[in-house]
Amino acid sequence: MTAYLGKAVSRVDGPLKVTGKALYAGEFGTADLCTGYVVNSSIAKGRILSIDTQAALSVPGVLDVITHENRPEIASYNENYTDMDAADGKHFRPLYNDRILFNMQPVALVVAESFEVARYAASLIRVDYEAEPHQADLYAQRSNAHKAPTPMPPDRGDADSAWANAPVKIEAEYHSPAEFHNPMEMHASTVIYSTDGKLTVHDKTQGVQNSAQFISNIFGLPDGDVRVVTPFVGGAFGSGLRPQYQLVLATMAALKLKRSVRLVLSREQMFSFGHRPETIQHFRLACDREGRLVSTIHEVIGETSSFEDFTEMVVVWSASLYQCPNLRLDYKLAPLDLYTPLDMRAPGAVLGMYALESAMDELAYAANIDPLEFRIRNFTDIDPASNKPYSSKELLECYRQGAERFGWSKRSQEPRSMRDGKQLVGWGMATGVWEAMQNPASAKAVINIDGSLVVSSATADIGTGTYTVMTQIAAEVFGLPLEQVTFKLGDSILPKAPLEGGSFTVSSVGSAVKQACETLQQQLLDQAKEEDQSPFSNLELDGVVFEDGEIYIKAAPSERVKIADLLKKGGTPSMEASATASPKKERDDYTTATHSAVFVEVKVDEDFGTIQVSRMVSAIAAGRVLSLKPGRNQILGGMVWGIGMAMQEEGMLDKDLARWMNHNIAEYHFPVNADVHDLDVIFVEEHDEVVNPLGAKGIGEIGIVGVAAAIANAVYHATGKRVRDLPITLDKVFE
Amino acid sequence: MNATPARQLRPDAGADTHTISLNINGKQHELAVEPWTTLLDLLREHLDMTGTKKGCDHGQCGACTVLVNGTRINSCLSLAVMQDGAEVTTIEGLANGDDLHPMQAAFVEQDAFQCGYCTPGQICSAIGMIAEGKAQTRDEIREQMSGNLCRCGAYNNILAAIEQAIPACKGGLRE
Amino acid sequence: MNRFSYSKPQQVNDAIQQLSDTGRFIAGGTNLLDLMKENVARPDQLVDINALPLREIETTQAGGLRIGALVKNSTVAYHPDVERVYPLLSQAILAGASAQLRNMASTGGNLLQRTRCYYFYDIGTPCNKREPGSGCGALNGQNRIHAILGHSDQCIAVHPSDMAVALAALEATVHVSGPDGDRVIPMSEFHRLPGDTPHLDTTLGQHELITAVELPPRGFAENYAYVKIRDRASYAFALVSVAAALELNGNTIGTARIALGGVAHKPWRKPEAEALLAGKPATEENFRAAAELILQGAQGFEHNSFKIELAKRAIVRALSEAASGVNAK
Repeated sequence: MTAYLGKAVSRVDGPLKVTGKALYAGEFGTADLCTGYVVNSSIAKGRILSIDTQAALSVPGVLDVITHENRPEIASYNENYTDMDAADGKHFRPLYNDRILFNMQPVALVVAESFEVARYAASLIRVDYEAEPHQADLYAQRSNAHKAPTPMPPDRGDADSAWANAPVKIEAEYHSPAEFHNPMEMHASTVIYSTDGKLTVHDKTQGVQNSAQFISNIFGLPDGDVRVVTPFVGGAFGSGLRPQYQLVLATMAALKLKRSVRLVLSREQMFSFGHRPETIQHFRLACDREGRLVSTIHEVIGETSSFEDFTEMVVVWSASLYQCPNLRLDYKLAPLDLYTPLDMRAPGAVLGMYALESAMDELAYAANIDPLEFRIRNFTDIDPASNKPYSSKELLECYRQGAERFGWSKRSQEPRSMRDGKQLVGWGMATGVWEAMQNPASAKAVINIDGSLVVSSATADIGTGTYTVMTQIAAEVFGLPLEQVTFKLGDSILPKAPLEGGSFTVSSVGSAVKQACETLQQQLLDQAKEEDQSPFSNLELDGVVFEDGEIYIKAAPSERVKIADLLKKGGTPSMEASATASPKKERDDYTTATHSAVFVEVKVDEDFGTIQVSRMVSAIAAGRVLSLKPGRNQILGGMVWGIGMAMQEEGMLDKDLARWMNHNIAEYHFPVNADVHDLDVIFVEEHDEVVNPLGAKGIGEIGIVGVAAAIANAVYHATGKRVRDLPITLDKVFE
Repeated sequence: MNATPARQLRPDAGADTHTISLNINGKQHELAVEPWTTLLDLLREHLDMTGTKKGCDHGQCGACTVLVNGTRINSCLSLAVMQDGAEVTTIEGLANGDDLHPMQAAFVEQDAFQCGYCTPGQICSAIGMIAEGKAQTRDEIREQMSGNLCRCGAYNNILAAIEQAIPACKGGLRE
Repeated sequence: MNRFSYSKPQQVNDAIQQLSDTGRFIAGGTNLLDLMKENVARPDQLVDINALPLREIETTQAGGLRIGALVKNSTVAYHPDVERVYPLLSQAILAGASAQLRNMASTGGNLLQRTRCYYFYDIGTPCNKREPGSGCGALNGQNRIHAILGHSDQCIAVHPSDMAVALAALEATVHVSGPDGDRVIPMSEFHRLPGDTPHLDTTLGQHELITAVELPPRGFAENYAYVKIRDRASYAFALVSVAAALELNGNTIGTARIALGGVAHKPWRKPEAEALLAGKPATEENFRAAAELILQGAQGFEHNSFKIELAKRAIVRALSEAASGVNAK
């Protein structure tokens, strides 16, 4: 029985968000607040010869122009710039020296009494450069790629000869462009400078403790002098996993001027840091005549920067998802003179699975087998990469329920066989997969004499519903109405939490919340036992029930005590407990993952090649879904992201300038309301006792994985044309 | 005539300011603004009304949508000085204390947002759209709401919230 | 955004008199402020024309419609006379921008909006339109959204307006006032091709002010279509758009009007192609022949050659839709 878990509860932070009262990083202020504006480079590589700041400094209201020549002391050692999500290599140090490593690199910060003055003064700064030749073409750098420094699943058998000798095979190359996170809230940091030199920082981040540690390391500030407080994050999707340069610059200015500083990046500047990397994926896939895979060869070249090696889990899925005896994987990085790529929603998986699931569709057609049936034939509940069983894998049920809801059985295999007037109709599908991870996390629970329960952890809610689901977990454990429970997050002084990302927040922090609440319950029960002739004396937690501020004996409900009375007798207004939840050892014996089956209908205008995704069904197996409203919303969002990835999103790079040219959201397209039609989410029941005590696997990423391939496959079914180059814009479809 | 002196937004302002009168959420303001201050920056930077969001500052996202004399516009692309005499309604002006506007309540109930950053603009835009009276079907609502980007992708729930709130919003802004 | 002075005159003559050589009129502001924030436009003076008496929509003596320069795009699109007589114009306006922008943008301003070329918008790159002599970044750079007709080696930008395409097809006229008096500019002569002066978008003088757009009586309300093809379902500029208007006698074409958007520095018309259709039956074959003629001489670049065939198909589709009367109320 459950009061809240798995139920459709409205977001607890909803009223703040719909009234405009939720404060985001760039919305905090103090009386002495001043504002920064960044000047970015117009070359991609070389050095700064001089920066003329005179005109800017002469504007009334300008306080300072900070450049590499006059900045305060900052760390030089690379390790000081290593954050919790850092890529390998020499990390970028903002305003460190005269070197230009990428186009739109920050080269100066104007600080002024107001935003308008800072922006105007920034336009008056003149920078002279000495440019050096740069390289921004992934195809041109293909031969200069090096092995990606990341562990890979071992090869199996002899994939090359198995492929060569197989009766049914395909070979294809897939390309995906750079994509930009573009959360609606632009990156911002407000640094509140207090007279004792301590800083309270409101930073747009997916990890307040990551930001706090980062600037402590860079500016040599003692622990405790920096507190990062970010209660609301206006989307991030990975862009807040690494501290971005506005945090360093705003802190630099605050320390130099001994003033509070707000720095908000412009939308253009949102294209001046991390992005999903461009990839070239080469696939060779083969099966026997019955449609059983015999060889998988997946070779990837990903973009990285000249100074860091960005790696992601792009090829591993090809080793694990399906049964296949022969496997060879290759993952290389080609350095370009661009900023380092950055984790972006389901990093690696959306790319690798786009290629794998496109190749699976191509092979299904080569074998003349229904694409869904083809996947079912290659299903495995043992992970072939590790030979461990999956802790749970209700993927077959996803296929079954998804296909039924979609009406897949009415599909005709032949491409171009379905139409609706001038519209060619296509049905495609794909599998999705993402890792179900858990990281160590801590939480604190405090029960107050007024009956309120306050639980906290330094995690984040980037729209994912963290506030709500943690409140639900705590309320459930304590048997309290939701209104009596508060969850606090986004403050670096709270108990340690991992970065909010990777779909592991419920698994990690949720487990800690549960454990902290249970620890507090144990303390309360121990307190109850201390009474003379306590009826609770021989009972453990499983023998009692916590409900509405009372503890009672399960077997004798009339024996009960008020928690408030316990606290009163103990002479304290509150009692607290902390706990750290770590992954169970048992997890090591299993592969843990979420899965999905995505079914898509597209309508393609025969003349123009314009595509409408008219229907999509996504059946998700993600263990227990604890918070139904935000949970479903996460999957819907992933599906919309999949539409964007498949058909719209593309950073357009001018290779001669090494500059992203569509650096605005009029020309960098992602879906608008009119692009989205009938989306249907099914949560398939999946019991998993291994992943964590909550049985929840996490759902932030799984919604997007596979969608691009399902759409591409549907476009093939509609038109007979394989587009292997994302996004599938109309020009690639129409003949 | 209002005898209260206009509020100087930035005491060290080097340029000529213009005195304007704005009614914001029912409250009259006399303000001395510099000509280059947008309506959005006036709200966010100078009046500490951060409920209206800046998502691009170029009219490409709709996060800054407010109602000016009842009509939805992008506040980032209008100079404050050009709005002299206008009635401005922002997200902060919709609820009656804890009593949410029907559109706000519907957004909560339908989970029509995730991160919440586009939400004030979506809500103001939806109210403006209903007042315009041109969107009758679901497809028309989708089209008419396409000026409000939601990167979280909550569009289906936004549509559901608007459909839910339409009957209660027919008269435009609730008194 | 640079510094500027601001004034808000009440009369057209005052506005014209107040404008300096480096100042700009501002109406809706939706494009000008955008460009000023990017430091692409740097006027040192803004003359706010919103108080001028240019907000009327009225029937002309000739039986046409005169739309004041300050009338908002949404007001035009939903005006009963426009919906009834010039539904092509309504359809085109509503295909552009967003509801919020249409509520702000003025009729005059819409005609004066500047190109969406990435290079024009980015002062960190070369652009002959923004900075004459600096080069054209798009020519060998990112040019998906660029011109296939009428471009020069100086500039391959396109005009982004939807409304202007419909106005071109309807043969509207632009009424302007200036220091030397009033004049009327046919739509076909209002926008210009880039040639070697790509910094000039129109034939409007610096001190001239658009006061109205006038539509002739003929509105083609029975047989019209605006077809817009873009990279997402809404809130995106046209890759190709076509305004088509036909006058039919049975299945025989009397008059044909075809204007293209998204393909050139101005709304593109080819009178020979329209003449070709006159007197011919409204068939797909004839439409295709007209399309071929319109796109004669079209030349694409690395990322936009697809527009040539796309434009032809869009023309056929628009003419077919127009002929079918499917859009008539």
